[in-house]
Amino acid sequence: MMRLVGLVLGGMLAVGAANAAEVNVYSARKDHLLKPVLEQFTAQTGIKVNLLSAGEEQLLERLKSEGAGSPADLFITTDVAHLHKARVAGVLQPTRSAELDKNIPARYRDPQGYWYGLSARARVVLYAKDRVKPADLSTYEDLADPKWKGRICVRSSSSTYNQSLLAGLIAVMGPDKAETWAKAVVANMARKPQGGDRDQITAVAAGQCDLAIANTYYFGGMQVSSKAEEKDAAAKVGLFFPNQGGRGVHMNVAGAGVTSSAKHKTEAVKLLEFLSGPEAQKTFAEGNNEFPVLPAAKASPIVAAWGGFKAEDINVAMLGENNPVAVRIFDRVGWR
Amino acid sequence: MCGVMSASPSPRLAAEALSARPPGAGWVLLALALAVLVALPVLMVAANLAAPTEGVWSHLAETVLGAYVANSLWLMLGVGLGVTIGGVGTAWLVTMCRFPFSRSLEWALLLPMAMPAYVVAYTYTGVLDYAGPVQSALRALFGWSSARDYWFPEVRSLGGAIWVMSMVLYPYVYMMARAAFLEQSVCVLEAARTLGRSPWRAFTQVALPLARPAVVAGVALALMETLNDFGTVHYFAVDTFTTGIYRTWLGLGQPAAAAQLGAVLMLFVLSLVLAERMSRGAGRFHHTTGRYRRLPQLELKGGKAAAALAFSAMPLALGFLLPGSMLAAWVIQDAALSGLGELAGNSLILAGVAGATAVAVALPLAYAQRLRPSPLVKGCVRLASLGYAVPGSVIAVGIMVPLTALDRLMGGLFLTGTVVALTYAYLVRFLAVSVNAVESSLGKITPSMEAAARTLGAGLGKTLRRVHIPMMRTSLLSAALLVFVDVMKELPATLLMRPFNFDTLATRTFTLASDERLADAAAPALAIVLAGLLPVMLLSRAIARSRPGGEE
Repeated sequence: MMRLVGLVLGGMLAVGAANAAEVNVYSARKDHLLKPVLEQFTAQTGIKVNLLSAGEEQLLERLKSEGAGSPADLFITTDVAHLHKARVAGVLQPTRSAELDKNIPARYRDPQGYWYGLSARARVVLYAKDRVKPADLSTYEDLADPKWKGRICVRSSSSTYNQSLLAGLIAVMGPDKAETWAKAVVANMARKPQGGDRDQITAVAAGQCDLAIANTYYFGGMQVSSKAEEKDAAAKVGLFFPNQGGRGVHMNVAGAGVTSSAKHKTEAVKLLEFLSGPEAQKTFAEGNNEFPVLPAAKASPIVAAWGGFKAEDINVAMLGENNPVAVRIFDRVGWR
Repeated sequence: MCGVMSASPSPRLAAEALSARPPGAGWVLLALALAVLVALPVLMVAANLAAPTEGVWSHLAETVLGAYVANSLWLMLGVGLGVTIGGVGTAWLVTMCRFPFSRSLEWALLLPMAMPAYVVAYTYTGVLDYAGPVQSALRALFGWSSARDYWFPEVRSLGGAIWVMSMVLYPYVYMMARAAFLEQSVCVLEAARTLGRSPWRAFTQVALPLARPAVVAGVALALMETLNDFGTVHYFAVDTFTTGIYRTWLGLGQPAAAAQLGAVLMLFVLSLVLAERMSRGAGRFHHTTGRYRRLPQLELKGGKAAAALAFSAMPLALGFLLPGSMLAAWVIQDAALSGLGELAGNSLILAGVAGATAVAVALPLAYAQRLRPSPLVKGCVRLASLGYAVPGSVIAVGIMVPLTALDRLMGGLFLTGTVVALTYAYLVRFLAVSVNAVESSLGKITPSMEAAARTLGAGLGKTLRRVHIPMMRTSLLSAALLVFVDVMKELPATLLMRPFNFDTLATRTFTLASDERLADAAAPALAIVLAGLLPVMLLSRAIARSRPGGEE
C-alpha cells in the first residue's frame, strides 16, 4: 500500500528514474542564473534537466542520507569548499573527459576529476574613492595594519567565501600567522560582520566604512544594476586587486561533480561539458559578471573594464582542505 | 442566572471513575504509535548524544558558546515579555471593551501572524539601516557625513530581533488568550465584581488565572518559534543557539556536536514546559457551567478609548501595516510576478494537507492522554511535540534518515523527494502547534461530560465524535489554520525535501532574498502574506463564533 502511494506520488512529482533522456541536478546556484543555461542545454541535446535548488550543506546532507539510492546525477555548488566536502563524504565519483580537461584550467578542477570549476570568483578589496587612495592599498596582509582601524566592512565568517579566503592565507602563511591576521582584521572592523557582500559595498558607499572585502561579481552587478541607488553607490566605490606584486588575487570557483549514485552518468558528463563550453560560459560571464573558466570565453564588458589582473595560480582544492582550520580560527578570534 | 465555576482539586476522581472499566487501550496504542512515528527524527537527532565529538565541545566552550547561550536567553526573555504584554493586553481590551475600531481590531490583530519573521526583518532593515532612507534623510538634513557623527539605534541587533519577533509572534498569545477569555462564563467575572473586585482585579485574579493554560500555551509556541528561528537572527547578526547549531554542523562540519547542541536545546525547552506544568500545581480549572450570555463590553470613552486604541493598534501597525506597505512599495517599483500562481498553488496544497493531517494526528494523541494520563502517554505526547523547538534544518536532516531507510526497505526512493515526505516533515515540525491547541481545548471540557456520555453507554470513540469534537470544533479549526500558516512560511525542510522542479512561495522568497535581491523577493513574500490572510481571518471568525453565548 505504502509502496503504491509512494509510486503514484513519486511518479507524479519526483522523477521517473528509468527515463534515459534526462539528468537530475542538485544545485546550490541561484535558479535565475542556472535555469537559462539548463534550458539551452535541453534545447540542444533533448536531455531533460530536473532541478532541485537548496543550500549546498543541506543538499550534501540529503545526498549522504540518500546514499546509493539518490536520484541526483550532478551536484552543483557555489564554492570549492563544498565540492571538497562532497568528495570527502564519498558522494562524488571521478569522471574523465578530454573536453573538460581542455576547457577548464588545471588549477580550477580536482586533480582526480571528482569535481570541475565552472566559473571563477575573485575576492578583492573595494574602497571609498573619496577617502582612500589606491596607493595606500597593497595586499590582503596589509588589511591587518592598524591604519585601517574602524574602517573595514566584511561579512560573517559563516560565509564560505571568507572561509576560503582565510584557507588560502593559511596555505601561504601557516595557521598561526593566519590567526594573527584574522585577529587584526577583526580589530580593524568598522562594525560587527553582518549582511552579504553587496551590503558591505553599500556600507562603503554610504560612509560607514572605507574598505570592504567582497567578491567582484557583486560589485559588477551593482555597477550595471537597473536600480539608480545601486548604480550611484557603486560609482562611489573603487575596485582594487590585492597582491599584484606577489602571488595574486585570491580565487574561488563555483563548480560541479558527478554523484557516485548517478544513474544518468553519460548525461551528467554531457551537462558538465556543456556548462564548461562557450555558450554556458558566456551566460555565467554576462549574466553574473563572473570570470569564465574557459580561456576562450570573453568577460562581460563591465568586468573587462576593471582591467587585467594577476590571479593566484595554486589549485583551489587546497581551499577545501584548509576549511575546517579556518572556521576554528574565526571562532577563536571572534570574527562572527 | 449564573452557574458556578469550580477549581476542582484534580480530574483524578473522574479519571478513576473512567478507569473502572479498562479505558481504550486501543486509543493509547494508536497514540503511542503515532507519537513514535513523529518523534523518530527527533530521536535520530538525540541519538548523536553518545557520538564522539573530537574536542569540539571544548572548542565551543572556549570560544562562542557563551555568546550563543546569553543571546538566546535574552532573546527569549525579551520576546516572552513582548508577546505576553502585547498578546494578553490586546486580547483583553478587544474582548472586554468597546472603543473605536475595536471590532475590526478583533480580527486585524491576527494579521501579523501571516508575516514570516525573516521578511519583516528584511523590511525593517531596508528602512532603518545606515544606507536606508531614514538615516540617509537624517544625514542630509543635519549634514552628517558618517556613522561617527551621530547615534542611531542599530536595527541589526539583539534589540531589533526581539522587536521583530515580538511583533509577529504576539498573535499566538493574542489568539489563545482571546479564545480563553471568550470561553469564560461572564458569570464568573460578574461574581467577582459582585464580591467587590475592581475590573482590573477581576482581570488579574479571576480571568487571567482561568486563561493561564491558554496564555502559557501561546507563549510557549512563541518561544519555541523564537528558539528555532534562523532567518531573523542570522539576518540581524545575532548569534543564538540555533545559528550556533548551524555553524557547528555546517561550518565546523561536526553534525554530532551540532545534534548535541540541538539536544541540549530540546532538554531546555522540555524543562521549561515541565516547570510551568508543575507551577500550576495540582489545581485544575474547568468550566463547569454551560450558561453563557453576551459579554457586556465596557464602553471606553475619551482618553481611555484613545489609549486602548493606541495600545491595540500598535502591534498591528508595526507587525503588519508597515512591513506590508514596504513590500507593496517594492513590488510596485519593479513587479516580477511571473510564475507566482504556480508557486502559490504549491504552497497552498502543502499547507492545506499539512494542516488537516496535523489535526488528525493531534486528536488521538490528546484524547489518549486524557483517557490515560500515565507518564508513558504524557511523555510520548511531549516527545512528539519536540520537533517544534528544534531548528528546522537540523530536524529536516533527522527526517531524511528514517525516510531513506524506509525507502531502501521498499527498494527505491518512493518517499524521499515527494509530497508525502514533505507532509511528514511538516507533521514532525508543527505537531506541537495542533497538539497544544487540541490539548488546551480538550482540557477545558470537564471530565463529568465524559462520565455522563459513558454512563449513557457511548463508547470512547463515540464520546469523542459526538461530545468532544463538536465542543472543540473551533479549536480544531484554529489548530489546522495555525499549522497552515506555519507551513506557508516554513523554509528549511521545504527547501531540503521538496521534489525536483518544485518551488513554493517561501523557497522563492528565500532564494531571492539570500541573493541580496530584497526588492525582487517582495512579490513572493507579499504573496505568502496574502495567502495567509484568508486563514487568519477564518481563524478570527471561528474564535469570535466560539463563544456559546455570542450573537452569531
